Amino acid sequence: MTADPLAARLAKDLDGAFPDVVRQMSNGLYSGALRMLGNARDAEEIAQDALVRAYRALQEYPEDRIRDLRLRGWLWTIAANLCRNRLRSRARRGERSLEGMDPSDDGSGPEGEALSGETRSELATLLLHLPWEVRTAIVLKHVVGLSYAEISEALDRPSGTVRSDVSRGLARLREALEEER
Amino acid sequence: MNLEADLKSLFTEAPAGLAGLVLAGVGLADRYAVRPGPIGDVFVAFNDRGVTAVDLADSAEAFERRHVSIHGRPAVRVDDLPDRLARQVDTAIQEGRPGRLPVDLSDLTEFQQAVLRRAATIPKGEVRPYGWIAKEIGRPRAVRAVGSALAQNPVPVIIPCHRVVRSDGTLGKYSLGADENKRVLLQMEGIDVDGLTSLAARGVRFIGSDTTHIFCHPTCRNARRITDAHRVEFHSEADAEEAGYRACQVCRPAQAA
Repeated sequence: MTADPLAARLAKDLDGAFPDVVRQMSNGLYSGALRMLGNARDAEEIAQDALVRAYRALQEYPEDRIRDLRLRGWLWTIAANLCRNRLRSRARRGERSLEGMDPSDDGSGPEGEALSGETRSELATLLLHLPWEVRTAIVLKHVVGLSYAEISEALDRPSGTVRSDVSRGLARLREALEEER
Repeated sequence: MNLEADLKSLFTEAPAGLAGLVLAGVGLADRYAVRPGPIGDVFVAFNDRGVTAVDLADSAEAFERRHVSIHGRPAVRVDDLPDRLARQVDTAIQEGRPGRLPVDLSDLTEFQQAVLRRAATIPKGEVRPYGWIAKEIGRPRAVRAVGSALAQNPVPVIIPCHRVVRSDGTLGKYSLGADENKRVLLQMEGIDVDGLTSLAARGVRFIGSDTTHIFCHPTCRNARRITDAHRVEFHSEADAEEAGYRACQVCRPAQAA
């Protein structure tokens, strides 16, 4: 297994290295949760909760196990679960999955981005209309930037299934964008 | 159009406070908020074990920098203290002692903790010399070290280090803003600071009563009850003992010697 230098530091000094985990992972966790759920407050809570849970889990893990972790994939097993639970509890409360969503409420994107705010918000909305399995796979692959191996770990689905979910998702988005043009 | 690149542009930055809240949530950062203090608003930092810092609320940036350097972990600003803690903090600030408020001194050395715990027992409106603390904690020669432990008190007002002064009657250093604030706080507690200084300048360290034959620190509540007619001044514990006086059991002027 390829050693993740951050995982190696965590194994040696959890409290010393954990702030770096938070720094490196916050944006990805937040962006992913935001694009899966469409709600900035949910995304913030989930990113925070996932990192706190991760720390508590790491406190219990032996050094060897921490050193061998693929951190991003592992963190996303926690975060994807939280996202799914949030979606379910929203459904139980009778909220439709897209209610209360505001895909454009984050405003800013990376500098020099290709898309106008309007197009980004359109794309964000289209993502929220994809089936959950497809949506999670495509968000983790193309928004957060995880590898197929990491996504397979995070979603506990075979790598081949994840690949086909991602390409199905891309195809659907292209179709939808064509229709709107 | 490149769909993959467009999706990538949906990556966005997490809200600024997120990292701090995570670290506070797992105990790797303290939280802090503003509360009213006796000489202006103060920042009060806390974690799960109790209050860790009190300082004048002037610059948040400077406070956060100091916090990291003293405690080795960041302090993250929050809107307010939890209700119960806020009530306990306000009472502790008003009374000038911790009372029921949990205070976390675990980042300090055992010596510093002992000094501060002893200082916390000095009643409002009274002062004790640095040497008294040194004796009380069983380190009678560590007077200077006591002085610096108090000057670095992370929770001034709540632990009333302003009630510890030099034996020559001058006030010494203070950890909440300027040294002059020490005088202000003592005067707010009703202490006649100038009177105390001139008494010390005449070499008077203790006051006794010729009816009870007990001697005290000049600000001890028992000493303040002595009327002028029965008031006796002493320059040292030895003087008092030689005159047949015994030490007050409340302010313990010579107990640990």
